[in-house]
Amino acid sequence: MKSVQHIYTLIKKDLLLEVRQQYSFYGILLYIMATIFVLYMTIQEPETKVWNGLFWVIQLFICINAVAKSFLQETRGRMLYFYSIVNPRDFVLAKLVFNSVLMLLMSFLSLFLFSLFLGNPIKKLPQFIGLVLLGGWSLSLVFTFLSAIAAKAQQNAAIMAILGFPIIIPQLMLLMQLANTVFSDKTAIAASTLLLIVMLDVLVIMLAVILFPFLWKE
Amino acid sequence: MHKSWWKILAVVLLVYTFIAGILIEVPRNPQLQETIRNLFFHVCMWFGMMILFIISFVQAITYLRTGKHIHDIASRQYAGVGILFGLLGYITGAIWMSYTWIDSNKSFYDSFDSIAREPKLIGAAIALLIYAAYLVLRDSITDMDKKARISAVYNIFAFAMLFPSIWIIPRLLPSLHPGGSEGNPALDFKDASMNMRLVFYPAIAGWTLIGVWIATLKIRLKLINEQRLMQ
Repeated sequence: MKSVQHIYTLIKKDLLLEVRQQYSFYGILLYIMATIFVLYMTIQEPETKVWNGLFWVIQLFICINAVAKSFLQETRGRMLYFYSIVNPRDFVLAKLVFNSVLMLLMSFLSLFLFSLFLGNPIKKLPQFIGLVLLGGWSLSLVFTFLSAIAAKAQQNAAIMAILGFPIIIPQLMLLMQLANTVFSDKTAIAASTLLLIVMLDVLVIMLAVILFPFLWKE
Repeated sequence: MHKSWWKILAVVLLVYTFIAGILIEVPRNPQLQETIRNLFFHVCMWFGMMILFIISFVQAITYLRTGKHIHDIASRQYAGVGILFGLLGYITGAIWMSYTWIDSNKSFYDSFDSIAREPKLIGAAIALLIYAAYLVLRDSITDMDKKARISAVYNIFAFAMLFPSIWIIPRLLPSLHPGGSEGNPALDFKDASMNMRLVFYPAIAGWTLIGVWIATLKIRLKLINEQRLMQ
């Protein structure tokens, strides 16, 4: 019960930081808009396959930008302060929850802008929204943990891409394969693949909870 | 002659692999013909790579549990030799591929994009990219303890994600490799003739042992280097 309270307080702290330093939030919004606008300038109405591929690659880059700062923004002194008052598990769980919510919001927004600018080939919208949210969640989990590693290594977001891309490939492939089914009325979404993605997410959460205490020690 | 029996065994097994692998009777598969002998080299590289990566993963866990520096060095060196085996696996695979899978009307370069979507190639590429990133991450940190701890965490995280991917990707793509979705073809007892298995299994053991040998030599070299730095 106490740890739930801790997690809640930590999430509230991240939220407050986000509200007070709005430049980073608007920065991501601007990033999404600018990227999609550039895509719109280069290709107006892509085929469904291209649409799908571009959409997920853009999601990937949005996620790196949105999630990267979660650990990178914490200064050494502040980390030391957290170290003395909270359990590392609570800390990493709070970050995971906060980044998941942030990424869900961003995925939703980028889906809206994508279908607005680049045409809307989606036949089954509710399913696709569900998939986008699931995908955004999966991406945010993996990159939150990698952001912790990058922050500890005192590196920038570039190393997150190097560390994360090979790990995220299978999840992206699964998501794209599922997403390909929403462009026609015939094929249905495979429940087993969906379950697989959820299982991978659970695996990432478990690994983060187990491994973060080791990163955290200084 | 400290614990040298397995080194002798490795040499004997590899000499056997080279001699018997080239001389024994092999089944005449119309598509493979004599190239089937590459099984003793190409497939063994992947076995060796996976075993070396598993050792690296176990050493990373041991490092986090005990905090002994030697396990960190071991984890790094086993990963390095694993990458070497992976590259050799790609090279032997490319040679094999150029006799069997290549569209004979096109050049190697033109037909590459259709072959690169092969699930086993992607799985191996993911593994190699992960361990290359591991090396980059290591080199980017200067503090020794920090380097060891952070890279051990990444090693464990990435390895734990690697195995599900290797199981998942073959489900997503059609494969040219034998076996495909029906489990591991190398351990299938119905496949491959009796003759070939007599060479194949010793070959796996031989190549893996030589990989471990290279890694232990590199670990010892690294230890000597660090001791010299201390003085």
